[in-house]
Amino acid sequence: MSITNTDQSTDLTRGCWDPCLISGCNLRAFDAGFLGDLSPEDDFRLMVFIRRFEEALLRLFQEGHVNGTTHTCIGQEYVPVSLMPLLQTGDFIFSNHRGHGHYLARFLDPEGLMCEILGREGAVCQGVGGSQHIRRDRYFSTGVQGESVPVAVGAALGLKRSGAKHIALTFIGDGTWGEGSVYEALNMASLWSVPLVIVCENNGIAQTTPINVNMAGSIASRAAAFDVTFVRVEHQRITEIRSQLSEALEGVRQTGRPLVIEMMTQRLASHSKGDDTRDESEIIRMKSRDWFEQIDGITMERRAKIDHDVLHAIDSLVECVLAREASSWKGRS
Amino acid sequence: MERVVTALNSALRSLMEADPSVYLIGEDILDPYGGAFKVSRGLSTAFPERVVSTPISEGGLLGVANGLVLSGQKVFAELMFGDFTFLAMDQIVNFAAKSVSMYGDRMEFPLIVRCPVGGRRGYGATHSQTIAKHFIGVPNLPLYELSPVHDSALMMPQIFQRGEPAVIFENKILYAHRQYESDQIDDLYSRRCLDDLGEVVMLETGEKPDAVLIAAGGMVPSCLEAGRRLMLEAEIAVDIVVPYQLYPFPVASLASVMGAEPILAIVEEGTAGGTWGSEVAAALYAKYWGQLQSRILNIHSEDSIIPSARHLEDQMLVSSDNIVRAIADAL
Repeated sequence: MSITNTDQSTDLTRGCWDPCLISGCNLRAFDAGFLGDLSPEDDFRLMVFIRRFEEALLRLFQEGHVNGTTHTCIGQEYVPVSLMPLLQTGDFIFSNHRGHGHYLARFLDPEGLMCEILGREGAVCQGVGGSQHIRRDRYFSTGVQGESVPVAVGAALGLKRSGAKHIALTFIGDGTWGEGSVYEALNMASLWSVPLVIVCENNGIAQTTPINVNMAGSIASRAAAFDVTFVRVEHQRITEIRSQLSEALEGVRQTGRPLVIEMMTQRLASHSKGDDTRDESEIIRMKSRDWFEQIDGITMERRAKIDHDVLHAIDSLVECVLAREASSWKGRS
Repeated sequence: MERVVTALNSALRSLMEADPSVYLIGEDILDPYGGAFKVSRGLSTAFPERVVSTPISEGGLLGVANGLVLSGQKVFAELMFGDFTFLAMDQIVNFAAKSVSMYGDRMEFPLIVRCPVGGRRGYGATHSQTIAKHFIGVPNLPLYELSPVHDSALMMPQIFQRGEPAVIFENKILYAHRQYESDQIDDLYSRRCLDDLGEVVMLETGEKPDAVLIAAGGMVPSCLEAGRRLMLEAEIAVDIVVPYQLYPFPVASLASVMGAEPILAIVEEGTAGGTWGSEVAAALYAKYWGQLQSRILNIHSEDSIIPSARHLEDQMLVSSDNIVRAIADAL
C-alpha cells in the first residue's frame, strides 16, 4: 500500500497515558502500510478497546462527567477496524454522530478523544467539538445527518483535480438515506466520476425508528439508480471483509468512480443513552451474533486475557483524564 | 461606461487568473449561457477545470463547495437567486461557518457565496427577497453587498484573506447599472473612503449635511436620486454612507460622521421585521449614544411578500419617494 503523507500530523504523545498499553497497536502502524502486519489478535484487541472505551464513557456519563450526550457504536466496532487499514494518510474521512470507533481506529488516540468528550486539557479539539465534531488532518466529523456526503464529493473532486489516487470516504447510517443531500451528492459523484466512497453502517434502526418504517426499496437499488457500484457485506469476519473491500476501494482509486458499501451490522446499545425501545428478546438475539462471541482463531483464554488487559488500560486512561484540568479554548478568535 | 456586471465578471476573471486555486461553482454558469445574470460569462471557456456547473442541487453544490475548500481551494459558489440560499442553509451555517471555530483551532475557510437578491424585476415572491436579515448574527459568517461605488476586484481578495466563509448579496438591478470608476459620481456627489481598506465609502455633496443615509450597495441608485431631489426641491443636503460589509457592521469607521448630522437614517430594501437596519442602529446607539443628534430613522420595505405586478411591487418596496418623504418629514 502506498502512503502519501500530505498533512502535518498532530502530536500523538499527550503525555498522560502510555499508548503502549494497547500493545500491538503501534502508533506508527498506519504510516507504515501495516495491513500485512495485523494479526487477528491485534484486530480483536482494537475492537475490544473501542467497546470498553465506550462502555467507560457511558459510566462516566452516569457519574456526571460528560456534558451533553454520546452515541456509542457498540456492536459495530469491526466496521472501522476492518476498513481503516485499507485507507491512506491522504484520504479524507468524514464521520458522523456515532464516530468514536471511526476516530479510534483511524488515529489510535483514545486519550485525545476522551479528553475531548470530557472537556479536559489534551482534547483533540480543545473540548469545543465534543463527541460529534472532531477534526484532525483530513478527518472531519459533524452531527448533521447527510451533511458530509456532498462535502465528501467536493473533497473527492479536489483530489481528482490534484491527480492524487486518494479517496473521500464518508460514514452514514441507514437512517441517513432519508436526507435529500445524499441523492444530490450521489448524482454529482457519478456524473463527474469522483472517488467518493459511502460506507453505510446499516444497523436497521434510526434512533428508535426501524428500517422497515423508514426506507422504501433498498440501498442497492438507490446506488444502481445513479449507476454507482455497490457492495454489501453481510458478515463480521474482518479478513474476508478486507479482501472483499480492498479490491473495491482500489477500483475507486484507479477509476475514480464512486462506490457505496452497505455494511449489515447491529447496534447493541441504545441510540445515545437509555433510549432503546427495542424488545429485550431482540437485543438478546443480537448479542448472540456479536463479533465478540463469534470471532475465530482466538481461544477463550486469550480473549479473556486481552479483555482484561484492555480494561486495565481503560482504567488508567480514565483515571488520568479525570485528573486533568478543564480544557481551554485556545483557538477562539 | 462600464456596467456592474462587467466589473464583477472582470474581478472574478482576474482572481482566477492570479490564483489557480480559485474555483467557481454554480448552476447554468457554463458558456455560452454564462449564468442567469451573465456574471460568469467567458469563465468556463477560460478555466474549464475550475468552473463547475452543477445539477439543480443548491444544498449539494454548497456541500461540494465546502469539500473543495477542505481540499485546499478558494471557492465562489453562485446561487442563482438569493431565495434559494435557504436550500443551502445547512451547508452555509452548519458546516462552512461553524467549521471556522467548532474544531477548537481556527480553520481558514475561503468560501464566498454569491447570490442575486432584491425585487423590481417582477419575478414575484420566491425570486425577489432581500435576505440579509436571515443571515445576521451567525458567528464567523460575515455578510457583504455588491456596490456600484466599490471595486469588486479589490473587495473580493480582502474577503478571501479573512479566511471566513462570506455571503455577498448582489441586488439584481445593479447588474445593468453603471459602475462608478471616478470619485466624481455625478455633478452633485463625489466619493471618499472612510477607512483604509476602502470598504466604507462616503458619497457627499460638499455641503454641510442636513441628513446622512446609511445604505448598502443595492440602495445606492435610490439614495442618489433621493439626495438629488432633496437638494433641488428643498435645498436639503444629504450625504450617503455605503458600507461594503453589512455584518458585522463596521461601526468604528463612522466615527467622523457622527455628531454633525441632524438626521441619520438607515435605508434598505429588506422588509419590516428583524431588519439589517435595526442591527445597525443597535450598533450605532451602543457606540455613539452621546453624540447622536436625534433618533435614528429606519427606512425599509413593508412587511409583505414581494408581489409580481409592477404597481404592487411599487406599493411596498422602498423607493426614492419613501426616502425623500421620510427625510423631509423628519426635518
